[in-house]
Amino acid sequence: MKLTKDEKAILDGSEGPTMAKIMRTMVMFGEIAGAKRLVPVTHEGHLVTSFGISILKPVYRIMNEIIDSGIKAKWSFTMDPRPIDYVNVKCNLLNKFVFSKVMYGQQKKYEEQLRKVGLRGTNDFSCTCYLPEMGNTPKKGDVLSWAESSAVVYANSVLGARCNRNSGMFDLFGNILGKVPEFGFLLDEGREANWVIDIKTTTLPEAQILGSAIGMAVGDGVPFIKGLDKFLGKKLDAKTCSYLKDMGAASASNGAVGLYHIQNLTPDAVEKGTALIKTSPNHLEITDEYLQKVYDNYPILWKNKNAKPYLCFIGCPHLSLEQMVSWTNNITDSLAKNGRNIVTMRTVITTSPAVLDAFKKLPEYQKLLDTGVKISNICPLMYVDNPVAGKKPIITCSNKLRTYSGSRYYKESEIIDIITGKKEGK
Amino acid sequence: MATKELKFKGRVIAGGDLVGEAVVSKQGLNTLATFQNSLIIKAKKVVCGDQNNADIYKKVLTGKILCLPMTIGSTTGGLVIQTVCSMGSNPSAFLFSKTIDSLALSGITLATIWENSKVIAIDKLGDEFLETVKTGDQIEIKADGTVIIHPATTSNQVQK
Repeated sequence: MKLTKDEKAILDGSEGPTMAKIMRTMVMFGEIAGAKRLVPVTHEGHLVTSFGISILKPVYRIMNEIIDSGIKAKWSFTMDPRPIDYVNVKCNLLNKFVFSKVMYGQQKKYEEQLRKVGLRGTNDFSCTCYLPEMGNTPKKGDVLSWAESSAVVYANSVLGARCNRNSGMFDLFGNILGKVPEFGFLLDEGREANWVIDIKTTTLPEAQILGSAIGMAVGDGVPFIKGLDKFLGKKLDAKTCSYLKDMGAASASNGAVGLYHIQNLTPDAVEKGTALIKTSPNHLEITDEYLQKVYDNYPILWKNKNAKPYLCFIGCPHLSLEQMVSWTNNITDSLAKNGRNIVTMRTVITTSPAVLDAFKKLPEYQKLLDTGVKISNICPLMYVDNPVAGKKPIITCSNKLRTYSGSRYYKESEIIDIITGKKEGK
Repeated sequence: MATKELKFKGRVIAGGDLVGEAVVSKQGLNTLATFQNSLIIKAKKVVCGDQNNADIYKKVLTGKILCLPMTIGSTTGGLVIQTVCSMGSNPSAFLFSKTIDSLALSGITLATIWENSKVIAIDKLGDEFLETVKTGDQIEIKADGTVIIHPATTSNQVQK
């Protein structure tokens, strides 16, 4: 990699040994990744490691080293969601002990470290930092140092920003240096599609299953998706963006998709059309039957496969404002049809603090609370992902949560039926 | 029973000499899903916890030579590899058939520079490598990126 005079000086220690080490890390990474140079970051950061999990000792050690060296990030950053909310996601004493003492005992200390290094605001914790209410919304062409797979794929695909699938720590290092290695999705050729996906379904597919199917098929490929605009239209309105958020998150967690193009809809595809497709791409046709097969093959990891669900999580990634309203209406309509007022089981909907603030101003807020549903800002995965809570029969309509936990996946319509009493959750 | 040696050459990401036993994931390895359960309980021996990876689910990975196409999944992946290496419960080597992905590369880089880990990583070994190698095979790794497979015989191939 060709470094500038200033970059070489940092590597040689002009800004101290820790900055030199950070630069050395970025250079080793960039050279193996095939980057020819570092390029400036042009927008705020977003970091994936939001949880003060005790086991991540290397993180706290490196953060201390950064703070002790007086280093602050050149770009402030938002964070993924916090792991704990005892008010809205109640825990028994054992769970509380596991969360506070075993799992996330470093949370307070870690947030203090983040604040010292460049955390944007004390409540900037959500995986959907890019939503307008959160305000960390890059524009087309912005170069980012972000992690969080669902945020990266959204920024690249829906917003047209440029960001590689960075790992935790590298997200921070890029914002400290204000530079990232130029390769992959930062380059025009890295954004070309090597897969063509033809959507041949009879109706709009469930976003979470379509994303899962695409991710499993293409791995880290770049899919150019045809036939979806027939259902979604040609405008990136709030409803379509919510759909793409969920589809992208599933494709990133069930595979390693960091960028997708949707014909006539997403920015790169609108600008370049089929010229984005590489010569001799792989092809996949997705039908109703194909998606049903994907759905039917999800393993059920509950010990008792017919257990009564203990908890339902909706909102991984965090729901948008539009989704908060639509879920509220769908739940209340279904409850009314089933002659009920409140949901039949513990149900938690998760969204960002900023979306929740906006939602509180709408009449649907009280309507949702009246159904008994709890609203939280936590990361459901962080709640589920422990030996105590993880053993409980939890249901979800998030494919990411299904992938990383023993939670059982249901389609959104099935979740509505289960929590409103129309269908048994088995 | 005589066995045939099979030699492959890849690109050295983090080099070293090593002989060990292969554990093979034919599909992309979901790093977080694979390691998270063992990390949480601070297990000395990491056992693959990825329900979606039938090749290696519930298999011990610590000290083994992990053969895989690439890693997939959450962007915590690199940090997870770094942490596993810092605890010394990592696979001794990662052998990638494809070009190393950015998350795995992050993990190997962080482990090498910030943890002084001796973890070995070689990529670009080719599809044939992954088609050939089997769990239980003895693998010999050389510092120049040469990988030699000594196939386990039917009688000594261990299913772990």
